[in-house]
Amino acid sequence: MTVPTEEIAAKQPVAVAPPVGAARRGAALDVALARPVVIAASLVIALVIPLVVRSFIAFQLTQVMVYALAILGLNLLTGYNGQFSLGHSAFYGIGAYTAAIMMHRWDITYFWTLPSAGLVCFAVGFLFGLPALRLQGLYLALATFALAVAMPQILKFGPLEHWTGGVQGLVIDKPDPPFGLPIDADQWLYYFTLAVLVLMFAGATSLVNSRSGRAIKAIRDNPIAAAAMGINTALYKTLTFGVSALYTGVAGALGAIVVQFVAPDSFSFFLSVSFLVGLVIGGVGSIPGCLVGGLFVLYVPNIAESVSTGLAGVVYGVILLIIIFVMPDGAAGFARLAAARLAGAKQPHTTEGRLP
Amino acid sequence: MELLLQQVMAGLATGGIYALMALAVVMIYQAIDHLNFAQGEMAMFSTFIAWQLMQWGQPYWAAFAIAVVLSFVGGVVIERVLFRPIHNAPILSSIVAFIALFSILNSGAGYLFDYTIKEFPTPFGSKPFLGITLISTHQAGMIGVTLGMLALLYLFFRGTRLGLAMRAAAANPESARLVGIRVGWMTALGWGMAAAIGAVAGVLIAPVVFLEPNMMLGVLLYGFAGAVLGGLTSPGGAVFGGFAMGVIENLAGTFIPYVGRELKLTIALVLIVAVLMVRPSGIFGRRLVVRV
Amino acid sequence: MNRLTRRTILAAAPSALALASGLPAFAQKKYDAGVTDSEIKLGHTAFYTGPASSYGTIGKAMAAYYRMVNDQGGVNGRKITFLSYDDAYSPPKTVEQTRRLVEQDGVFLMASPLGTPTNSATQHYLNQKKVPQLFVATGATKWDDPKHFPWTIGWQPNYQGEGRIYASYILKERPNGKVGVLYQNDDFGKDYLKGVKDGLGDKVKAMFAVEASYETTDPTVDSLIVSMKAAGCDVFVNTGIPKFAAQAIRKAAELDWKPLHIVSSVGNSVATVLKPAGLENSKDLISDFYLKDPTDPQWKDDEGYKWWLGLMEKYYPEGDKTDVFNVYGPSVAATTVQVLKMSGDQLTRENVMKQAASLHDFTVPMLLPGIKINTSPTDFAPVKQVQMGRFNGERWQLFGELIGAVSG
Repeated sequence: MTVPTEEIAAKQPVAVAPPVGAARRGAALDVALARPVVIAASLVIALVIPLVVRSFIAFQLTQVMVYALAILGLNLLTGYNGQFSLGHSAFYGIGAYTAAIMMHRWDITYFWTLPSAGLVCFAVGFLFGLPALRLQGLYLALATFALAVAMPQILKFGPLEHWTGGVQGLVIDKPDPPFGLPIDADQWLYYFTLAVLVLMFAGATSLVNSRSGRAIKAIRDNPIAAAAMGINTALYKTLTFGVSALYTGVAGALGAIVVQFVAPDSFSFFLSVSFLVGLVIGGVGSIPGCLVGGLFVLYVPNIAESVSTGLAGVVYGVILLIIIFVMPDGAAGFARLAAARLAGAKQPHTTEGRLP
Repeated sequence: MELLLQQVMAGLATGGIYALMALAVVMIYQAIDHLNFAQGEMAMFSTFIAWQLMQWGQPYWAAFAIAVVLSFVGGVVIERVLFRPIHNAPILSSIVAFIALFSILNSGAGYLFDYTIKEFPTPFGSKPFLGITLISTHQAGMIGVTLGMLALLYLFFRGTRLGLAMRAAAANPESARLVGIRVGWMTALGWGMAAAIGAVAGVLIAPVVFLEPNMMLGVLLYGFAGAVLGGLTSPGGAVFGGFAMGVIENLAGTFIPYVGRELKLTIALVLIVAVLMVRPSGIFGRRLVVRV
Repeated sequence: MNRLTRRTILAAAPSALALASGLPAFAQKKYDAGVTDSEIKLGHTAFYTGPASSYGTIGKAMAAYYRMVNDQGGVNGRKITFLSYDDAYSPPKTVEQTRRLVEQDGVFLMASPLGTPTNSATQHYLNQKKVPQLFVATGATKWDDPKHFPWTIGWQPNYQGEGRIYASYILKERPNGKVGVLYQNDDFGKDYLKGVKDGLGDKVKAMFAVEASYETTDPTVDSLIVSMKAAGCDVFVNTGIPKFAAQAIRKAAELDWKPLHIVSSVGNSVATVLKPAGLENSKDLISDFYLKDPTDPQWKDDEGYKWWLGLMEKYYPEGDKTDVFNVYGPSVAATTVQVLKMSGDQLTRENVMKQAASLHDFTVPMLLPGIKINTSPTDFAPVKQVQMGRFNGERWQLFGELIGAVSG
């Protein structure tokens, strides 16, 4: 098998590995106990929240979960597999439009749009991943960027207007709670999204911890060594592309249902940039970090605006810079540091993922 | 045939903008190995500085010179203050820092100079060039400046010790340090130069597209695409790529029936990706062998 | 202050109005959310950031106007609280901000939110929640649909209507011309395109040559103008937003191409479009108007202009006094205030929509003389009339009669 020879090969974005060695052993017991407790507590809080807050907050939190899921998709590809993508807004858009078209034109219940969106996006992602095998780093970024830029244009394209609604977009109805449950539509959507989120996060966790997951990570860390060890890098890379697209596509479908409206310009390149920012803030290569990323993407622009309408962008940029300075590995990296410090172990010096 | 020629010329004229931007993109890529998302906004901000100086009564060339110098200094300062502290962070974090810079510059410019479009003068005049109405003297001047800068950069990097030191620092920082090159300052210098080139680009582009805070976004995207097409390791390739982008997009819009008009950017990008399939490092990019 | 006395006086007013509009007369006040004895909360979204942010000044001008109204005593004694949020021209963000305004901030109604796709995203929600989407700041044709969207009403002459007006002018002046249209590739742009094509009727096949679209992220539209000239167009309908309209005007001049050049009401501002494009290059441009251009010396001593200038100088001094967007904002806001005044103490959402649908020959200071606002339960298009003008190199010269139906 030929060895990749592009100059850029060594400079792919790499994720940060968790602390190894003594620190890990010492903290292992605490972590083993802490994790399930934290997860259980979070679930309880998540279940109770919509019952005590206004519908609008439930709506916002639902959006947070949608973004977190989209970011998780990007994380699988970029964080765990090292393939840089600027094109996830396209997958999000494809998922959203799949759901919208199915609900608007064919009157299919919202429930079935999610797996459909997932399948469609998996196919697109996989097919895109095939030629992407030849590209590295910024060249891959451009290819994915091309996808992101093409999507709104394709969605606005005249002959497809009958399906996509063209520039006018499509309106969809919010689903009602089933079985006549005594909650309103917003709360139901929250729980529905939460269920999907938990399911897919669990799926992602088991994927990255499995043999396949290790292969995927190995390809990120050292593609040549991975190939030398017999991992079918081409297959894994394209499959990861597909799975990553699937996750973001399902998020897109959920997003469409939550917002009740899809329009081509909502899925522009800027959305890809938001996902990227959310990914980094949450922590590349961390699954729970995606939730932090989702919170960031939704709330921080609002916070910036409330500080100063005229200089909202400046405030946003400054907040971003402060976070990068204080937590260069994102929230997850920061949490890991804090946990390790609390466990009392000395911080080992890791060099993975650092520039020389 | 006539139409083809006209559209090619018009494409070259617009492509001149992209070529200039692509050059700035490749410059900074060579210096710091990342794509600077904020490159366009830095250029835009520099152009606003020049504009403001002219509003305050400075003649064109004085304003231009001051703006370029200030941009150079600004680039160095940004590198030292913003990016040096995080140079050990993962690459993606650096990219987010660029995004932050983008946001700050864009919003800041909007706040200081508001969003209505402003005219920006050109030193080359706007008459038809050599009697051809399709290219104005300004656009011809722009192409000339691009090629001139390209030549200067080539001479600098290939022919001077400083240029060599910069290339060494970017290609292999550790070895460069071992031979006594101050890698940190080389990176800062690279930033300064890229910012200065960006300022020149902005000042030449503004007369065509009108000065306003959002003027560079599209230009940066096209410039980036052009740079990648040409090869990120080759400034000449980047300039070629920029021109190619302008021509391809124009021809796609004019000649591909029905689809072309609405999807011209898509088609241009698809073509570039197709080219990358055949030459994954861009048309003129160098392919280095990585020894395991 | 003796509230009883105030109340009895005020109680008579809505009764009188109610009788006039056919409602049963109530003696006591009725409020929906967002209204108290001393306050009316209005919600608003606009794009203060993003590629179309030059429109953000409309929101600021509106805010200035509401401040002025408050200083002059408010609406029937109630101060207006104007909450305006940024949506960066992104429909999902608009939905979020609108929901925040309605559900969290508890506003009474949405007062002239800005943008076509942005308002499209919230139209369904607001109609479902029965919250007025009042006098939306966009000219899309879809806002005039009281049957399906009884809570949404537009304000300005709609884009399709304008397109048809351009088409009939073309048919009159250049019946055998070849037409090229520059439009933005979105909801708003395509509305104009449809209007022009519909207006050309069965001559559209013969006359229509080039439809050239651009995206807001495109750096320049120069090559599109080249195509039009190359295709032999001698009529050019330029519906671009200021930046692109100006680029097109200038490029046409550079190419020495002199078609019958019609620029839309979106891109005809002397200060923000024609000056950057070059006043000489803009000679003989044709456009349609419903507002007074603040740079036009003929309005120097006009009462309306003096009123507007006073507003700008006192309440929005940093605003551009040559930008027609800053005329637009207060004009729409003044219509909102009128409807609120007409509602008296019956400040329910339903009543406000009723009043909005009963405007009769209402004018605001900066509308062109003769233009009257009329609405009815089947007619949700307040401003329908425009007047054509030709640019003489210095200013716009209005000509002809007011065009457009007056029906109410």
